[in-house]
Amino acid sequence: MKLLKHSPVSAKIGMGIIVFNILIAIFAPVIAPYGETKIVGDVWESFSGTFYLGTDHIGRDLFTRMVYGARNTIALAFLTTFLSFIFGSVLGFLAAVKGRWVDQILSRIIDIIMSFPTLIFALMILSVLGSSIPVLIFTIAILDSTRVFRLSRAVAMDIAVLDFVEAAKLRGERTWWIMREEILPNALPPLVAEFGLRFCFVFLFIASLSFLGLGIQPPLADWGGMVRENAGAITFGIFTPLIPASAIAILTVGVNLVVDWFLHIASGLQD
Amino acid sequence: MDNLLEIKNLFIEGFYDNQWQPIVRGINLNLKRGEVLGLIGESGAGKSTIGLAAMGYARQGCRIAKGSIKLEGVELFDAPDEDLRIIRGSKIAYVAQSAAASFNPSHKVIRQYVEGPVHHGLMSYRDAEKDAIKLYRQLFLPNPEKIGYRYPHELSGGQLQRAMVAMSMSCKPDIIVFDEPTTALDVTTQIEVLAAVKEITEKMGKAALYITHDLAVVAQVAHRIMVLRNGKLVEEGETRALIKKPKKKYTRDLLNVRSLREDKNTEKKTDVILKVKDVAATYTGKETVVEDIDLVIQKGKTVALVGESGSGKSTLAKVITGLLPAVNGSIEFFGKELPPALKDRQKNDLRKMQMVYQMPDTALNPRHTVRKVIGRPLKFYFGLKGRQAEDKIKDLLHKIELDPETYIDRLTTELSGGEKQRICIARALAAEPDLIICDEVTSALDQLVAEGILNLLQDLQNKTNVSFLFITHDLATVKAIADKVVIMLEGKIIEQGEKAKVLAPPHHEYTDKLLASVPEMNPDWLDNLLEERSETFI
Repeated sequence: MKLLKHSPVSAKIGMGIIVFNILIAIFAPVIAPYGETKIVGDVWESFSGTFYLGTDHIGRDLFTRMVYGARNTIALAFLTTFLSFIFGSVLGFLAAVKGRWVDQILSRIIDIIMSFPTLIFALMILSVLGSSIPVLIFTIAILDSTRVFRLSRAVAMDIAVLDFVEAAKLRGERTWWIMREEILPNALPPLVAEFGLRFCFVFLFIASLSFLGLGIQPPLADWGGMVRENAGAITFGIFTPLIPASAIAILTVGVNLVVDWFLHIASGLQD
Repeated sequence: MDNLLEIKNLFIEGFYDNQWQPIVRGINLNLKRGEVLGLIGESGAGKSTIGLAAMGYARQGCRIAKGSIKLEGVELFDAPDEDLRIIRGSKIAYVAQSAAASFNPSHKVIRQYVEGPVHHGLMSYRDAEKDAIKLYRQLFLPNPEKIGYRYPHELSGGQLQRAMVAMSMSCKPDIIVFDEPTTALDVTTQIEVLAAVKEITEKMGKAALYITHDLAVVAQVAHRIMVLRNGKLVEEGETRALIKKPKKKYTRDLLNVRSLREDKNTEKKTDVILKVKDVAATYTGKETVVEDIDLVIQKGKTVALVGESGSGKSTLAKVITGLLPAVNGSIEFFGKELPPALKDRQKNDLRKMQMVYQMPDTALNPRHTVRKVIGRPLKFYFGLKGRQAEDKIKDLLHKIELDPETYIDRLTTELSGGEKQRICIARALAAEPDLIICDEVTSALDQLVAEGILNLLQDLQNKTNVSFLFITHDLATVKAIADKVVIMLEGKIIEQGEKAKVLAPPHHEYTDKLLASVPEMNPDWLDNLLEERSETFI
């Protein structure tokens, strides 16, 4: 709490953005004036008292879609990133601490997964298993965790050779304890920074999957999908697609402001 | 104008805890042409900061607050960067502590030598190369024509340090600042570098600032010594006079360290707790790093394991602890043979054998508090929790002479080097071990702090009758604390026995060299030694 008070302005702005988005996501049904999928007006109507942000390409209220979109997009992206970090860092730490054949096997498996273009891999899995939300989350989480694995393995490698890890091994500690108590606290700063970035990439990835018809299925609203659906409007000089796009941008900036601040504390840097 | 460098009333500040705090407080310093001035003090005394300030430079996060730095009458304080750039290297040069970290690993050594003179427009590339080879020869580098065309990692530590000394001479500066040039080296290689420094300062008549924490080393090269503490001058004087008759208590303390204890009664028969027999180990599976190791440690005794870096001392510690399983031989602990690999050993055997490391900075998790560091073995081995653990932690902190209330909730990063090392010892003690392996525990610490640690260990041994395997390259430490001495060279034990026997003549040839290489608090020691060696070489 004390930390929060002393946080710099940039971090406060970042936290403001995140809290605002989360509140909107939680209270979506209360805030939204219309139903999520209801067609209520003409195509691409402009701002008015009835439609605060105009309407989209088939005449649904854009403000309503934005509000529901926050819910789907943030929850999905957060959950996915979180899962990918759990998979990636646990395996990455394990590879670093155990070394030898454990490291070899894990690393080679990850190499194999990474050698496929992510999008193709995701398409393959989703078309086999069908694109329900849980499948979507797991698929992206696993694909994304390869990068987390690489990072956390590299970071943990540097930590695992330090004397305090050796001291823990000599004490007879279990691998899990070493990973959790000795490695994790020291590996946290770079992982948190990566979290901020990955979180944003997941948005875009979901959007591109939606574009191919395998992401969040219409008529559910998600910001990435909304950019794509309304992309055609740009050619007519209507800036409807820029609204969800800027929502993504603002949230991204917000997350990264907070991450920056956190990094600053965690790395012990004082300016 | 007889003063080449004149520093007056120098104040340097560092920015931490959100404010500017003084590091150097009002230092005056004069350096004449051809003079070598030794700056000595423990870490945090501001020695290096002054050394860098002599070049008009302040480290990142520091600033030269006020004062005057005059090099040949030219004021460097407030001088524009471009002027400073021209002066640095050509008029005044710097030799850093760790040559290995200061060379660019991806360029050949000679290329880095040539860079300076060519950049300053003093000579052509070819001439600079010839010049380098000449200097390499003067500084006794082996194979001077070829050695420059190697990459830094292909040279040994002592060779690199000499190459760096040569590099500092490349633009023929008037002053060289030596910042602890031998601290990271073994005693035997230290001699080579000291000889090189002496060559430059005496035969070429260069002025120098020699920064070190080792009084015995500085006595060999400096004409005059300034003793510093907390950024202030403690005492200043001619080398011989200062060593003979120090005026201040602090200087006397520096002189007196390592004359620690009288011999304990070594006659008493005690139980053998560790018996290493015919052990060999390897990293690659082919070549053995250590072999034919026979070693016995008795209850309540200290065995010192001595050798230069690369002799296999630390490897042997790894073998005994099981981190590197032995490929041959046996390790008996309390009469029971231990499995070679760590993972096959029982928790109770692990408990009885604890380790303290060389670098206290890396031996403690920077994210843990003192409570957690010491509390973990208590919980892990004895299942102590809550009140009981708390009391025990405080008790241990008392034992290592740190105040429990002040330290128990601190993060390990909030401790000084000596305090960290004490916490490491407490962590080892928490397991109530019978044997503590100390791997160079004092070599990363300042002299006075190191002495404190050695005293503490001695004290603990008297109280708890714990045994030590003390790994070190520092013979002064050995003299201070060991009961038995084991000397290693190239992975083998070449001599071992009671301390008095090993350290008294006749020695093994290598023991002799090792003993002779320890600097003595005598300004003529280096000259005599070099003379002696040159005679034997011819």
